Amino acid sequence: MSESAIPYMVKPHPVTGIPNGKFGIWLFLASEVMLFGALFSSYVLIRTGAPHWPPEGGLSSEVLNVPLATLNTAVLITSSITMVLAWASCKMGSIPRFRLWMGATIALAFVFLVVKYFEYKHKFDLGHVPGHDNFYAIYFTMTGLHGLHIVGGIIVNGYLWGPGTKLWNTDPEHFTNRVENAGLYWHFVDLVWIFLFPSLYLL
Amino acid sequence: MDAARPTSPEARTDAAGHDDIRKHMGQYYVVFVALLCLTAVTVGVSYLHLTRPIAITVALVIASIKAGLVAAVFMHLISEKKVIFAVLLLTALFFAFLLLLPNLTVFEHHSGMLGT
Repeated sequence: MSESAIPYMVKPHPVTGIPNGKFGIWLFLASEVMLFGALFSSYVLIRTGAPHWPPEGGLSSEVLNVPLATLNTAVLITSSITMVLAWASCKMGSIPRFRLWMGATIALAFVFLVVKYFEYKHKFDLGHVPGHDNFYAIYFTMTGLHGLHIVGGIIVNGYLWGPGTKLWNTDPEHFTNRVENAGLYWHFVDLVWIFLFPSLYLL
Repeated sequence: MDAARPTSPEARTDAAGHDDIRKHMGQYYVVFVALLCLTAVTVGVSYLHLTRPIAITVALVIASIKAGLVAAVFMHLISEKKVIFAVLLLTALFFAFLLLLPNLTVFEHHSGMLGT
């Protein structure tokens, strides 16, 4: 290993008991909790201060498309288990299986974005743009930031699925750790949606 | 605790890893089905049009159970090292602070309104 390489990417660090990469990703996720947390806090603040929610009347579940969001929830949950299976395939030493499950994860992420596109398009067609009122401002900010995280996940998972797989030939355990870290991020993105879905669509 | 874990990559990936993973595979599928069922429940409950406080409580309890399952099983928190829990504890504290602080102003505002 060259001296410039980050130490303890494969073996656990003697102090933390985990590889540095995993520790790093958990610290990153902690910062992500604060990022989304600030938006959730703003949402609660604005909503509790509004005389009616959504301001135009009706219920969130009538204004937003619950069936499509339910479908997307199922899509993300499924992509979480395919991600776990991709990592498990590495653990069991099968790169073809890894490619299969990681490919499925990426495909499901695209399905999520396509469904989201139709939801957004419908809102825009009705003139319900982010500037319409606080309800749509919050809806687009939170789902938009979440959508960007999906895009980020596609990029990382796509790299691991494609050129990143080369690492497997030289250092399989390091590659497996990368897949695990990407998985931690991906499950977090699923986790955020688990809270976004009821907060925005159902309540 | 993990001193007994074999350190050579081959040993970990091929032997210990294999059995470990196979053992957990069933767990992953159970959690997957549970997550789908809980999603159905949370959507179903929303059609009952419960009163606001009950609806919020039910939705958040179900979401927390789902989040707990994802974190514990998919993210392997159930068998994670202490340092991760230390980070998460701190995160949870700051998150609670972040969520509550701005909303305390709403509470004061409302109680002020009541007084006038």
